[in-house]
Amino acid sequence: MKVPILELRNVDVFYGPIQALRDVSLEIHEGETVSLIGANGAGKSTLLMSIFGQPRAGGGEILYRGEDISKKSSHYIASNGIAQSPEGRRVFPDMTVEENLLMGTIPIGMTHAEEDLQRMFELFPRLKERRNQRAMTMSGGEQQMLAIARALMSRPKILLLDEPSLGLAPIVVKHIFQTLRELAKGGMTIFLVEQNANHALKLSDRAYVMVNGQIRMSGTGRELLEDPQVREAYLGGH
Amino acid sequence: MSAQSSSIDLKKSLLDTLLAGLLALVIFGPIVGVVLDGYSFNFHADRVVWSVAVVMAGRFLVSAFLQTSHGKKFSSRFDLTGSGVTVLPPGYKSNMRWILLLVVLVAAVLPFVANKYILTVVILGLIYVLLGLGLNIVVGLAGLLDLGYVAFYAIGAYGLALGYEHLGLGFWSAIPLAALLAAFAGAILGFPVLRMHGDYLAIVTLGFGEIIRLVLNNWSSLTGGPNGMAVPSPTFLGLEFGRKAKDGGIPFHEFFGIAYNPNLKYIFIYTVLFIVVMTVLYLKHRLTRMPLGRAWEALREDEIACRAMGLNHVLVKLSAFMIGASTAGIAGVFFASYQGFVNPTSFTFFESALILAIVVLGGMGSTVGVVIAAFVLTVVPELLRNFADYRVLLFGVLMVVMMIWKPRGLIRINRIGIAVPEGVAK
Repeated sequence: MKVPILELRNVDVFYGPIQALRDVSLEIHEGETVSLIGANGAGKSTLLMSIFGQPRAGGGEILYRGEDISKKSSHYIASNGIAQSPEGRRVFPDMTVEENLLMGTIPIGMTHAEEDLQRMFELFPRLKERRNQRAMTMSGGEQQMLAIARALMSRPKILLLDEPSLGLAPIVVKHIFQTLRELAKGGMTIFLVEQNANHALKLSDRAYVMVNGQIRMSGTGRELLEDPQVREAYLGGH
Repeated sequence: MSAQSSSIDLKKSLLDTLLAGLLALVIFGPIVGVVLDGYSFNFHADRVVWSVAVVMAGRFLVSAFLQTSHGKKFSSRFDLTGSGVTVLPPGYKSNMRWILLLVVLVAAVLPFVANKYILTVVILGLIYVLLGLGLNIVVGLAGLLDLGYVAFYAIGAYGLALGYEHLGLGFWSAIPLAALLAAFAGAILGFPVLRMHGDYLAIVTLGFGEIIRLVLNNWSSLTGGPNGMAVPSPTFLGLEFGRKAKDGGIPFHEFFGIAYNPNLKYIFIYTVLFIVVMTVLYLKHRLTRMPLGRAWEALREDEIACRAMGLNHVLVKLSAFMIGASTAGIAGVFFASYQGFVNPTSFTFFESALILAIVVLGGMGSTVGVVIAAFVLTVVPELLRNFADYRVLLFGVLMVVMMIWKPRGLIRINRIGIAVPEGVAK
């Protein structure tokens, strides 16, 4: 069997005395789109950040292509092919779109900057229109596109997305998921953390459901979409 | 449309004028109009009419001016909406180099025309420019609020004084050593505060500044305590600037066969300092265009995003602290040589506040703004000695006014955007 590109084995994460993640195990294979759904405070974002070592996993292993990265520094992890678009977008407000994108090249240097910029502008034509505009002045949807594009600028092997639908209009969410689908078709491995279970499950090959810091369920996107429990809890029961 | 907008709305101007006239009447009526004459009052209507007329005429002119195209341009510069950084196109060429040329010319002529007093004032101004530039990296670019910056300044100054006393160091060897020493101190301060932001960082740095000052003040056996320490005069290739050389050396003026000039020491310090300031300006200019400079700005804007992108924030923060500190160390050496003496009263919290005021008033991150603010805040109080008592008051008023009208500082940061490599679709 092939080694998963990213694997969490029995990971525990603590915030002081509070245990945020309990014995979490999951795996993501190359080329897959995997999503993690769950309610507010379930520990989804904590899981994503703990892959980056912030906070550090208190127990268990985080394996990236078979190598344990749970003790490595964040910049080591970022420069080795894991990129993330953090929760709440977090683009640099006073930098232009182009500068934001170029900041994304930090882990790998400017050698591919030119063609990658071109690629991002093809993926998100909207960003091309706004290339010299400061990020602060753009709409939420455009900022989210920028955050995703910025993460892609480091040519990641796996892309971690934290709630790309946060605070966006349904039509914009649809557009962003459309782009993610294109990315996945192009071979990108995507690990998606979402509250919008409907969109996330439709996009994903496989998915995990997190409740109170534990993985409750897992299965293919379609299975979970039809699961009565999931429908009850996350899809409004219809 | 454009014709209409450029014509003056007379009604609005007249209304403004009437309002101003009414206000003037209320204010000037009793104050100017009623004159105490012995035990009785005399009412001088003509004075009131004149005062009110002047105010009304002035208000009318201002109102009319602000409606012309020039006036609109003028008032738009005080616009509060577009806060933040203005990003200029990558190929933008400013007319800064002509101004720079002018500055260098003026600076070159200055020692020949200025007397000692003006020279010392300018030296002080340049020292604060250096300090402002250093703190600008820490506060303006990297966004780390440092209230104990004066500590590094003190380390530079005492580095020269102690180095002279114990190791026989001179002015020249002290400059690089003080820079290194201050950078080292910056790293020592930087490590424990890596995880801190904003207010907490400010408190810790404030404490650091006070610790250094208190150590200097109380470690009498080493630093002489409040009595301070003597600092040697600078030398140029071993030539001294006194009338008579001390240890059998040759004084500068004898070696070159020129008449003795007591200002020589200051002219020398001024020249070296000016070159150093120019070098620091250039280095800073380059740094902001390097990845490191970008990383500082990114850190200021969003630390979490930086970490998510794998920026090594330890390296970035430490480098900002260290480079900022080393600049202050160099400034300290110049300050010590210029005074010929150091003691702890030169390094109080007020100095930190002054340097911070320079950075804030100049515009966070703006180089030109900092240079101007440094001169305004150090040279103006010197020139207006009679008002020295009101200096702090002046600061306060200036700060309040600035925060209302120009919250982003005197000069808004103009950043030239990164040039995108050729071949990317325009």
